[in-house]
Amino acid sequence: MTNEIMIAGFGGQGVMAIGKTLAEAGMKEGKDVSWLPSYGPEMRGGTANCCVVISTEPIICPIVLEPTELIAMNLPSLLKFEPNVVKDGTVFVNSSIITEKVQRTDVRPIYVPCLEIAQELGNLKVANMVMLGAYIQAMGNLGVETIKEMLVHMFTGPKAKLVDLNIEALRRGAACVQ
Amino acid sequence: MEKELWKGNEAIAEAAIRAGCKYFFGYPITPQNEIPEYLSLHLPQVGGCFLQAESEVAAINMVYGAAGCGVRVMTSSSSPGISLKQEGITYMCGAELPAVIVNMMRGGPGLGTIQPAQGDYYQATRGGGNGDYRHLVFAPATIQEAADYVQIAFDVADQYRNPVMILADGMIGQMMEAIEWHEVPKRELPAKPWATTGTKGERQPNVINSLYIDPNVCAEHNERLTAKYKAMEENETRWEEVNTQDCEVLFVAYGTPSRIARAAIRLLEKEGIKAGLFRPITLWPFPGKALKKAAMQDSVKAVVDVELSMGQMIDDVRIALEGCRPVSFVGKAGGVVPTPAEVASAAKAALGR
Repeated sequence: MTNEIMIAGFGGQGVMAIGKTLAEAGMKEGKDVSWLPSYGPEMRGGTANCCVVISTEPIICPIVLEPTELIAMNLPSLLKFEPNVVKDGTVFVNSSIITEKVQRTDVRPIYVPCLEIAQELGNLKVANMVMLGAYIQAMGNLGVETIKEMLVHMFTGPKAKLVDLNIEALRRGAACVQ
Repeated sequence: MEKELWKGNEAIAEAAIRAGCKYFFGYPITPQNEIPEYLSLHLPQVGGCFLQAESEVAAINMVYGAAGCGVRVMTSSSSPGISLKQEGITYMCGAELPAVIVNMMRGGPGLGTIQPAQGDYYQATRGGGNGDYRHLVFAPATIQEAADYVQIAFDVADQYRNPVMILADGMIGQMMEAIEWHEVPKRELPAKPWATTGTKGERQPNVINSLYIDPNVCAEHNERLTAKYKAMEENETRWEEVNTQDCEVLFVAYGTPSRIARAAIRLLEKEGIKAGLFRPITLWPFPGKALKKAAMQDSVKAVVDVELSMGQMIDDVRIALEGCRPVSFVGKAGGVVPTPAEVASAAKAALGR
């Protein structure tokens, strides 16, 4: 079982963080993982994408050309990578800023209004966690408990209050998956 | 031991600290910046010193000075920066100074691009500096291997009193994989009575120098260095073979292209073509004898060299095979990476299919 995930958006949308969280969760569940960023000279505002592979077998090549799942956080990413997704793959769309629908009929589209939900939760920074929640719910390849444990380790001291917020963001994202 | 997720550059930096490296001198350049970033935070915590020099030229000469004092020292850069360090590297070979130099290669020539490439193969294996000098070149293909070989590199450098290079492409530096920190088997290493640590009034001063003004003395110095390089060839040559037994096509690749070649092997398998991979781990010394042995199997009809350059290692492949097998090439330079499908079709073309 191998998930080859392409996560793409603007710099600053938490694209790399979604990928890192997926890779780390996969590793904690004993799977082989790789995280490969596209990197450029810009820090914020440019396009950003990363490839994550999570596999029950040893990973040979970390480069994802035909993703089994695409997480598109903005329109250019959807337009660029939708054609590459494997047949019967899954396309996650940040429907807060992407008004277009997925064109292909041989993939499963999942629309997640990341920003609206994050706004309701009172912190726009959790928009990527909303998307992560949707991914985990739809794919079922990683346990949400694993992510929760990671959050507890990530946010400590004065930041500990962010744990519940992030868990709620995951839950709200999961609820977007039919 | 529990697995941890590490970015290549950071794993290399941490591995250096674990190997007892106390000093780092460098100058920023993408795609290796996480190495100095990590060391700037963590070296002072272990009583070491991180220093950002005013230039690459200054940095490599600071490495020369620190190595002369007998301490473990490292520098890292990427292609254009490594070009600037070439003079320092030949001086270090001449003065027999151990150090580890990391080159996280990017596209060239000149300033090129910041994306992954392997265009510095000639420079690393032939030497970009003057004179008859050699140094080991380790080419890791995974983050685990990058971490392991940094630790090995410090030992090998001390054993032979010679700089050692870790040569990887930007992708190895930027990607993350799960690794385990294991103890690298320790070598019996010689003491450093030659180090300039201060005479304390008890001995004659040590002099670290690469200048031998008397040609006869300089000739002897070259003979001695050559004997040392021979010993490295005999004892330190390393490679990995994957699926090579009875293969029809033999890929030769190092670093990231070796992983693309392994993906191509899977694609070819689906079409009933048995392909294997010969992966040099040391680029100098090049594992030519082992490559010839793998390529001379009756089953092998084509040898395909895969590189992120326009074809540099292919020279060593051809030298090793002495014309006994046809060698073809597939690769891209300037920061673009060939796909497994492209590599697989190059193999089929080489087979005449």
